Amino acid sequence: MAAVMPIPAASRVLMSGNEAVARAVWEAGVKVAAAYPGTPSTEMLEVISTYPDLYAEWSVNEKVSLEVAIGAAYAGSRSFCCMKHVGMNVASDALMTLTLTGVIGGLVIAIADDVGLSSSQNEQDSRYWGRFAHVPVFEPADSQEAYAMTLDAFELSERFQVPVILRMTTRINHVKSLVTVGERGERASAGFKKDPARWVMTPSGAGKRIPLMFARAGELRKEAEASPLNFIEPGSDRRVGFIASGPAYMHVKECFPNAPVLKLGFSCPLPFEKCRELAALVDQVVVVEEVEPLIETELKAQGLNVIGKEILPLQGELAPNVLRPAIARLLGEEMPEKRQFGLSTAPMQVFPRPPTMCVACPHLGVYYTLSQVRNLTISGDIGCYTLGAGHPWNALDTCISMGASMGIALGLDKGRGEADKDKRILAVIGDSTFLHMGMQGLLDIVYNKGNVTVLLLDNRAVGMTGGQDNPGNGRDIYGDEAPRVDFAKLVAALGVKEERIHTVNPYELPVLFKTIRDEVKVPEVSVIITDQPCVLIKDYHKLKPFEVIDDKCTGCGNCIDVGCPAIHVTRRGKEIKPNGREVDLAFVRIETSVCTGCGLCVQPCAPDAIVHHVPVSPITLVKGCGV
Amino acid sequence: MSENTNILVVGIGGQGVMTATEILAEAAIAMGHDAKKTEVAGMAQRGGVVSSHLRFGERVLSPQITPGTADVLLGFESAETMRWQHMLRPDGITLMNTARLVPPVVELGLFDYPDDPLAEIKKSGRKVVAFDATSIAQELGDIRLGNTVMLGAIADHLPFPAETLLDCVLRRFQRKGEKLVELNRKAFEAGRAAVGAAEAALA
Repeated sequence: MAAVMPIPAASRVLMSGNEAVARAVWEAGVKVAAAYPGTPSTEMLEVISTYPDLYAEWSVNEKVSLEVAIGAAYAGSRSFCCMKHVGMNVASDALMTLTLTGVIGGLVIAIADDVGLSSSQNEQDSRYWGRFAHVPVFEPADSQEAYAMTLDAFELSERFQVPVILRMTTRINHVKSLVTVGERGERASAGFKKDPARWVMTPSGAGKRIPLMFARAGELRKEAEASPLNFIEPGSDRRVGFIASGPAYMHVKECFPNAPVLKLGFSCPLPFEKCRELAALVDQVVVVEEVEPLIETELKAQGLNVIGKEILPLQGELAPNVLRPAIARLLGEEMPEKRQFGLSTAPMQVFPRPPTMCVACPHLGVYYTLSQVRNLTISGDIGCYTLGAGHPWNALDTCISMGASMGIALGLDKGRGEADKDKRILAVIGDSTFLHMGMQGLLDIVYNKGNVTVLLLDNRAVGMTGGQDNPGNGRDIYGDEAPRVDFAKLVAALGVKEERIHTVNPYELPVLFKTIRDEVKVPEVSVIITDQPCVLIKDYHKLKPFEVIDDKCTGCGNCIDVGCPAIHVTRRGKEIKPNGREVDLAFVRIETSVCTGCGLCVQPCAPDAIVHHVPVSPITLVKGCGV
Repeated sequence: MSENTNILVVGIGGQGVMTATEILAEAAIAMGHDAKKTEVAGMAQRGGVVSSHLRFGERVLSPQITPGTADVLLGFESAETMRWQHMLRPDGITLMNTARLVPPVVELGLFDYPDDPLAEIKKSGRKVVAFDATSIAQELGDIRLGNTVMLGAIADHLPFPAETLLDCVLRRFQRKGEKLVELNRKAFEAGRAAVGAAEAALA
């Protein structure tokens, strides 16, 4: 993204939590910011890259992004890195020793927990990392707090020479609310000072740092007790007092405006005395925290009689529609909902609308083909192509973590029992996921002589998160030219035989089908690279759209099996085949306004009913469309 | 906080639901309100369900609209408008585009698209005004004007003047030239008129 003039100080602007953090990172004088894209964290670094006077990068994975930030902090500069919750699982190897060395320049790590699972494979609570690594955790409750706490976090980080975790959730990252912004402060870097006892973590060196880490944790708890980020609002209805953090605080205030609340912004280490102070004010204390009972468990261990997950769910958001009935039950009151509504509050029954692949997506050709090949077990991975598990393809059998398609495929191969002896094992992985954590897995398959066919879907983008650049597409975060990895050479270097590496166009179905069918039969590792770009990025060029000649359509429905959202059924029917079997017919049309002429649906059309659309009036096609 | 105004905008990924809600938020802020806008849209780019919440007033706490408390439901697509009816308060109003966007799971024959979403909504006893924003946009020469038609449709159902919203819409097109500004002004007014006419017919 190109740099733009930052909005002037003292402006009050509508910002998402991600935009607010980005602004604060710039104002804090950060020199280096790094991340790997991941919903709901992605926009933080995207926006940071639009600010001047700092260096931003898309790293190949979250661990590398944290290491880049650590290096900059060791050099005495302020640095920042951000990731989605599962990203910290990858980066934690660095975090767990970083806590021993500490930092010189301030280092803030923003972790975005996808509470409510909008776009993730699991739901986890990143506040655990604060406890695990003995580092402080801040929890903003809206964009203004996300902005202010980021600035505070840099200050705390430098004062205690400790990395600080900013724990966000989808309901902070993606909510837009008003933020008053400030000035950028310039900051000179202290410079890297050689100090092997501190920066080289050997057993003897680390052993000496561990007591310092625990001493620091004690000091941080005192800091949390005194922090203005943790405050009590006394309230007037003393029946229930709440201890709340993050977005849950806003929900509590919404539902119970008169209740006493301890708002925790600096929630780890937990300020026990502040919690006792609240408990003394009220009849009973309810801890409202998303997701795990961390505060609750620690307070119970302190002998405080608090209520938490006994009445609140361990999953999802603690929004007003969850909180109100739970507290009503606790107080033995009638549920407020029953009194409030005259009409039914039950949702009307409507078909599900799962996310789909885009019109003309190059993955459509891949999954259409995979759905036609028999006897496959398909080990999947994380990206748009995970959607291949859905209809109409049903052509993806596993998905757990970034890059896992490789190792799981090898395990399926080595662990196969008698029942699976004729099954072919195939792994599907995208370009960015392969570079993130997949190539080590492929090396393992090669090294251990696995029998796996790898489909490497190179669409030149991190598609699911919005088409970010990566080392596979030859552009950096600023859109500038960068060295582009050559996937065929890379997999050859990992040891895949030259004759087992094929680069194919996923829109050429017969070639793709033949290549896959041939390679799964070869009892060694093959890599098939598809080379067409994501339709949402600028590398993609539209072609002339297609339409269906109604008279020629026989209703066979073959084109529907491609799964393109531009194909619509106009009418249905039934036909009795000569063998007496009744088959369903579905006659179709193509929505020419969205069709980009990829031609995938043309190929399985038996009666040649799909032809280029002849517009009634001339239409303007996108420049460079090649027609 | 009960004095907040709650607007729910619904549709599917790619229709411009989030942008429309953002413009509504800008208008509320221009009127001096506090505002929060939220949606879950992680995978919405892929044709999934999008519901965008806007709350504004003196001070907004929770960004989410609790079921049964939305004042206005602005629906970009028929079945989606049906899906979110339970979010409305009993005396709330639905402003609904009659466009039908049929997803692949329906084309595959796995699920049915409701025959008449408008009738279903009416049957539930809620107030609903329907109009064909897509056709209005097409008549004005560009289907992409549909978003502005939708904003025009809600303009007279807000606790502030329609002109404030129109200003916020047009500001987005200022840099793109007078022709686009005028086209969007027409689209906005056409949306307003369509809802006005439909309401007059109901009364």
